[in-house]
Amino acid sequence: MAAIKDLQQQLELVDHTPGADKGRELSGCYIGDLLSWVMAHAFSGCVWITIMSNINVAAVASLTDAACVIMAEGVEPDPELLKRAERDGICIFTSPLPVYDIAVKVHEIL
Amino acid sequence: MEKIHLQYNVDGDDLTLAGEASSDVRRVLRQLGFDAETIRRAAICMYEGEINMVIHAYGGVIDVYIDPDSIEIIMADTGPGIADVEKAWQEGYTTASQTARDLGFGAGMGLPNMKRYSDFIDIETELGKGTTVKMIIKINS
Ligand SMILES: Nc1ncnc2c1ncn2[C@@H]1O[C@H](COP(=O)(O)OP(=O)(O)OP(=O)(O)O)[C@@H](O)[C@H]1O
Ligand SMILES: [Mg+2]
Repeated sequence: MAAIKDLQQQLELVDHTPGADKGRELSGCYIGDLLSWVMAHAFSGCVWITIMSNINVAAVASLTDAACVIMAEGVEPDPELLKRAERDGICIFTSPLPVYDIAVKVHEIL
Repeated sequence: MEKIHLQYNVDGDDLTLAGEASSDVRRVLRQLGFDAETIRRAAICMYEGEINMVIHAYGGVIDVYIDPDSIEIIMADTGPGIADVEKAWQEGYTTASQTARDLGFGAGMGLPNMKRYSDFIDIETELGKGTTVKMIIKINS
Protein backbone atom coordinates (compact mmCIF):
# COMPACT_ATOMS: atom_id res chain seq x y z
CA MET A 1 0.00 0.00 0.00
CA ALA A 2 1.22 3.48 -0.85
CA ALA A 3 0.47 6.66 1.06
CA ILE A 4 0.01 10.22 -0.20
CA LYS A 5 3.61 11.07 0.69
CA ASP A 6 4.98 8.23 -1.48
CA LEU A 7 2.98 9.53 -4.40
CA GLN A 8 4.20 13.07 -3.74
CA GLN A 9 7.85 11.98 -3.74
CA GLN A 10 7.78 9.64 -6.70
CA LEU A 11 5.76 11.94 -8.94
CA GLU A 12 7.62 15.05 -7.74
CA LEU A 13 4.30 16.75 -7.08
CA VAL A 14 4.13 20.38 -6.04
CA ASP A 15 2.42 20.60 -2.64
CA HIS A 16 -0.05 23.50 -2.37
CA THR A 17 -1.43 22.53 1.03
CA PRO A 18 1.56 21.96 3.33
CA GLY A 19 -0.79 21.81 6.33
CA ALA A 20 -2.72 18.77 5.07
CA ASP A 21 -1.90 15.27 6.33
CA LYS A 22 0.18 13.19 3.87
CA GLY A 23 0.12 9.92 5.78
CA ARG A 24 -3.18 8.59 4.46
CA GLU A 25 -3.11 5.37 2.41
CA LEU A 26 -4.40 5.41 -1.15
CA SER A 27 -7.19 3.11 -2.30
CA GLY A 28 -7.08 3.78 -6.06
CA CYS A 29 -7.37 6.49 -8.67
CA TYR A 30 -10.18 8.38 -10.37
CA ILE A 31 -9.89 10.79 -13.31
CA GLY A 32 -12.51 13.36 -14.32
CA ASP A 33 -13.41 17.01 -14.73
CA LEU A 34 -17.21 17.10 -14.74
CA LEU A 35 -17.87 17.65 -11.06
CA SER A 36 -21.23 15.88 -10.70
CA TRP A 37 -19.79 12.95 -12.61
CA VAL A 38 -16.83 12.82 -10.27
CA MET A 39 -19.24 13.16 -7.34
CA ALA A 40 -21.01 10.00 -8.52
CA HIS A 41 -17.91 7.91 -9.21
CA ALA A 42 -14.90 8.97 -7.15
CA PHE A 43 -14.42 6.95 -3.98
CA SER A 44 -13.00 7.10 -0.50
CA GLY A 45 -9.20 7.23 -0.39
CA CYS A 46 -8.75 7.76 -4.13
CA VAL A 47 -6.25 9.98 -5.90
CA TRP A 48 -8.37 12.33 -8.04
CA ILE A 49 -6.65 13.63 -11.17
CA THR A 50 -8.29 16.63 -12.83
CA ILE A 51 -7.69 19.83 -14.78
CA MET A 52 -10.36 21.71 -12.82
CA SER A 53 -8.95 24.32 -10.48
CA ASN A 54 -11.84 26.28 -8.96
CA ILE A 55 -13.16 26.25 -5.41
CA ASN A 56 -15.76 23.56 -6.12
CA VAL A 57 -12.94 21.02 -6.43
CA ALA A 58 -12.57 21.26 -2.64
CA ALA A 59 -16.23 20.46 -2.05
CA VAL A 60 -16.16 17.46 -4.40
CA ALA A 61 -12.89 16.15 -2.96
CA SER A 62 -14.15 16.33 0.60
CA LEU A 63 -17.65 14.96 -0.13
CA THR A 64 -16.24 11.95 -1.99
CA ASP A 65 -13.57 11.57 0.71
CA ALA A 66 -10.77 11.55 -1.89
CA ALA A 67 -7.30 11.22 -0.34
CA CYS A 68 -5.79 13.94 -2.51
CA VAL A 69 -6.21 15.90 -5.72
CA ILE A 70 -3.62 16.19 -8.49
CA MET A 71 -4.10 19.07 -10.89
CA ALA A 72 -2.47 17.95 -14.10
CA GLU A 73 -1.06 19.59 -17.22
CA GLY A 74 0.38 22.60 -15.38
CA VAL A 75 -3.01 23.92 -14.24
CA GLU A 76 -2.69 26.33 -11.30
CA PRO A 77 -5.20 26.14 -8.43
CA ASP A 78 -7.33 29.25 -7.72
CA PRO A 79 -6.38 31.04 -4.47
CA GLU A 80 -9.96 30.53 -3.14
CA LEU A 81 -9.59 26.80 -3.71
CA LEU A 82 -6.38 26.68 -1.70
CA LYS A 83 -7.92 28.66 1.13
CA ARG A 84 -10.86 26.25 1.32
CA ALA A 85 -8.58 23.22 1.00
CA GLU A 86 -6.35 24.40 3.85
CA ARG A 87 -9.39 24.99 6.01
CA ASP A 88 -10.92 21.57 5.26
CA GLY A 89 -7.64 19.60 5.33
CA ILE A 90 -7.73 18.64 1.66
CA CYS A 91 -4.47 17.78 -0.05
CA ILE A 92 -3.90 19.63 -3.35
CA PHE A 93 -0.93 18.89 -5.64
CA THR A 94 -0.01 20.09 -9.09
CA SER A 95 2.09 18.51 -11.82
CA PRO A 96 3.17 19.71 -15.25
CA LEU A 97 2.65 16.20 -16.65
CA PRO A 98 -0.30 15.19 -18.84
CA VAL A 99 -3.12 13.29 -17.14
CA TYR A 100 -2.19 10.02 -18.85
CA ASP A 101 1.44 10.13 -17.70
CA ILE A 102 0.36 10.83 -14.14
CA ALA A 103 -2.14 7.97 -14.24
CA VAL A 104 0.48 5.52 -15.49
CA LYS A 105 2.82 6.50 -12.64
CA VAL A 106 0.03 6.32 -10.06
CA HIS A 107 -0.70 2.81 -11.32
CA GLU A 108 2.95 1.80 -10.82
CA ILE A 109 2.97 3.17 -7.29
CA LEU A 110 -0.33 1.68 -6.10
CA MET B 1 -32.57 13.36 20.50
CA GLU B 2 -34.95 16.17 19.64
CA LYS B 3 -35.57 17.03 16.03
CA ILE B 4 -32.95 19.55 14.90
CA HIS B 5 -33.79 22.28 12.40
CA LEU B 6 -31.06 24.03 10.39
CA GLN B 7 -31.73 26.80 7.90
CA TYR B 8 -29.46 28.31 5.24
CA ASN B 9 -29.86 31.23 2.87
CA VAL B 10 -28.06 30.45 -0.37
CA ASP B 11 -26.74 33.44 -2.28
CA GLY B 12 -27.62 33.08 -5.94
CA ASP B 13 -24.73 35.15 -7.25
CA ASP B 14 -21.80 33.69 -5.47
CA LEU B 15 -20.50 30.39 -6.79
CA THR B 16 -17.59 30.55 -4.37
CA LEU B 17 -20.10 30.13 -1.53
CA ALA B 18 -21.75 27.12 -3.08
CA GLY B 19 -21.08 24.09 -0.99
CA GLU B 20 -20.87 25.97 2.30
CA ALA B 21 -24.33 24.90 3.48
CA SER B 22 -23.61 21.26 2.63
CA SER B 23 -20.24 21.48 4.44
CA ASP B 24 -21.98 22.83 7.50
CA VAL B 25 -24.62 20.09 7.51
CA ARG B 26 -21.87 17.52 7.19
CA ARG B 27 -20.10 19.04 10.19
CA VAL B 28 -23.30 18.93 12.29
CA LEU B 29 -24.05 15.32 11.29
CA ARG B 30 -20.53 14.33 12.26
CA GLN B 31 -20.90 15.99 15.65
CA LEU B 32 -24.17 14.12 16.16
CA GLY B 33 -22.33 10.87 15.48
CA PHE B 34 -24.12 9.71 12.32
CA ASP B 35 -22.36 6.96 10.32
CA ALA B 36 -20.01 7.95 7.49
CA GLU B 37 -22.19 6.57 4.68
CA THR B 38 -25.31 8.43 5.84
CA ILE B 39 -23.30 11.64 6.12
CA ARG B 40 -21.86 11.13 2.64
CA ARG B 41 -25.29 10.55 1.10
CA ALA B 42 -26.86 13.56 2.82
CA ALA B 43 -23.95 15.83 1.93
CA ILE B 44 -23.90 14.82 -1.75
CA CYS B 45 -27.67 15.31 -2.08
CA MET B 46 -27.42 18.67 -0.45
CA TYR B 47 -24.40 19.82 -2.44
CA GLU B 48 -25.99 18.97 -5.79
CA GLY B 49 -29.20 20.76 -4.80
CA GLU B 50 -27.30 23.75 -3.48
CA ILE B 51 -25.31 24.10 -6.70
CA ASN B 52 -28.50 23.81 -8.80
CA MET B 53 -30.05 26.63 -6.77
CA VAL B 54 -27.08 28.83 -7.65
CA ILE B 55 -26.41 27.92 -11.29
CA HIS B 56 -30.02 27.44 -12.46
CA ALA B 57 -31.94 29.74 -10.10
CA TYR B 58 -31.09 32.81 -8.03
CA GLY B 59 -30.35 31.13 -4.74
CA GLY B 60 -32.97 30.40 -2.10
CA VAL B 61 -33.56 28.83 1.28
CA ILE B 62 -32.59 25.37 2.51
CA ASP B 63 -34.24 23.76 5.53
CA VAL B 64 -32.75 20.64 7.05
CA TYR B 65 -34.55 18.57 9.68
CA ILE B 66 -32.50 15.95 11.45
CA ASP B 67 -33.89 13.26 13.70
CA PRO B 68 -32.42 9.90 14.74
CA ASP B 69 -33.90 7.93 11.84
CA SER B 70 -34.07 10.41 8.98
CA ILE B 71 -32.66 13.57 7.47
CA GLU B 72 -35.07 15.73 5.52
CA ILE B 73 -33.76 18.42 3.15
CA ILE B 74 -36.07 21.01 1.60
CA MET B 75 -34.54 23.39 -0.95
CA ALA B 76 -36.75 26.21 -2.19
CA ASP B 77 -35.77 28.74 -4.83
CA THR B 78 -37.65 31.50 -6.64
CA GLY B 79 -35.86 30.84 -9.93
CA PRO B 80 -37.21 30.19 -13.43
CA GLY B 81 -38.64 26.75 -12.66
CA ILE B 82 -38.07 23.58 -14.70
CA ALA B 83 -39.90 23.35 -18.02
CA ASP B 84 -39.66 19.58 -18.45
CA VAL B 85 -39.05 17.69 -15.22
CA GLU B 86 -38.99 14.30 -17.02
CA LYS B 87 -36.02 15.49 -19.07
CA ALA B 88 -34.31 17.07 -16.08
CA TRP B 89 -34.19 13.66 -14.37
CA GLN B 90 -32.26 12.13 -17.28
CA GLU B 91 -28.54 11.58 -16.95
CA GLY B 92 -26.71 13.98 -19.23
CA TYR B 93 -29.56 16.48 -19.65
CA THR B 94 -28.41 20.01 -18.88
CA THR B 95 -29.22 23.63 -19.62
CA ALA B 96 -26.13 24.88 -17.74
CA SER B 97 -24.62 28.14 -19.03
CA GLN B 98 -21.13 28.32 -20.47
CA THR B 99 -19.94 30.02 -17.27
CA ALA B 100 -21.24 27.10 -15.19
CA ARG B 101 -19.70 24.58 -17.60
CA ASP B 102 -16.33 26.28 -17.40
CA LEU B 103 -16.44 25.61 -13.66
CA GLY B 104 -17.06 21.91 -14.24
CA PHE B 105 -20.85 21.85 -13.91
CA GLY B 106 -23.29 20.70 -16.57
CA ALA B 107 -22.72 16.95 -16.68
CA GLY B 108 -26.45 16.57 -16.15
CA MET B 109 -25.71 14.28 -13.22
CA GLY B 110 -26.87 16.37 -10.25
CA LEU B 111 -30.49 15.24 -10.10
CA PRO B 112 -29.58 11.60 -10.90
CA ASN B 113 -27.06 11.75 -8.02
CA MET B 114 -29.71 13.19 -5.69
CA LYS B 115 -32.11 10.39 -6.66
CA ARG B 116 -29.46 7.73 -6.18
CA TYR B 117 -28.35 8.87 -2.74
CA SER B 118 -31.74 9.76 -1.23
CA ASP B 119 -34.54 7.43 -0.22
CA PHE B 120 -37.23 9.85 -1.32
CA ILE B 121 -37.09 12.83 -3.66
CA ASP B 122 -39.81 15.06 -5.00
CA ILE B 123 -39.66 18.17 -7.19
CA GLU B 124 -42.37 20.80 -7.26
CA THR B 125 -41.80 23.45 -9.89
CA GLU B 126 -43.67 26.20 -11.63
CA LEU B 127 -42.32 28.16 -14.57
CA GLY B 128 -41.48 31.71 -13.59
CA LYS B 129 -42.17 31.01 -9.90
CA GLY B 130 -39.52 28.62 -8.68
CA THR B 131 -38.59 25.11 -7.68
CA THR B 132 -38.76 23.20 -4.42
CA VAL B 133 -36.85 19.96 -4.04
CA LYS B 134 -37.61 17.74 -1.06
CA MET B 135 -35.36 14.82 -0.14
CA ILE B 136 -35.38 12.31 2.68
CA ILE B 137 -32.37 10.25 3.66
CA LYS B 138 -33.22 7.39 5.99
CA ILE B 139 -30.60 6.21 8.42
CA ASN B 140 -29.36 2.63 7.90
CA SER B 141 -31.37 2.01 4.79
N1 LIG C 1 -33.36 24.61 -9.03
C1 LIG C 1 -33.49 24.55 -10.37
N2 LIG C 1 -34.10 25.57 -11.04
C2 LIG C 1 -34.25 25.52 -12.38
N3 LIG C 1 -33.81 24.50 -13.16
C3 LIG C 1 -33.21 23.46 -12.56
C4 LIG C 1 -33.01 23.43 -11.14
N4 LIG C 1 -32.40 22.26 -10.83
C5 LIG C 1 -32.22 21.60 -11.99
N5 LIG C 1 -32.71 22.31 -13.04
C6 LIG C 1 -32.75 21.90 -14.46
O1 LIG C 1 -32.53 20.49 -14.54
C7 LIG C 1 -31.36 20.22 -15.34
C8 LIG C 1 -30.65 18.99 -14.81
O2 LIG C 1 -30.11 19.25 -13.50
P1 LIG C 1 -28.84 18.40 -12.99
O3 LIG C 1 -28.46 18.88 -11.66
O4 LIG C 1 -29.19 16.95 -13.14
O5 LIG C 1 -27.72 18.73 -14.07
P2 LIG C 1 -26.88 20.09 -14.25
O6 LIG C 1 -27.04 20.94 -13.03
O7 LIG C 1 -27.29 20.71 -15.52
O8 LIG C 1 -25.41 19.55 -14.35
P3 LIG C 1 -24.54 18.93 -13.14
O9 LIG C 1 -25.44 18.81 -11.94
O10 LIG C 1 -24.06 17.60 -13.63
O11 LIG C 1 -23.42 19.89 -12.92
C9 LIG C 1 -30.56 21.51 -15.28
O12 LIG C 1 -29.67 21.65 -16.36
C10 LIG C 1 -31.67 22.56 -15.30
O13 LIG C 1 -32.19 22.72 -16.61
MG1 LIG D 1 -26.76 20.15 -11.12
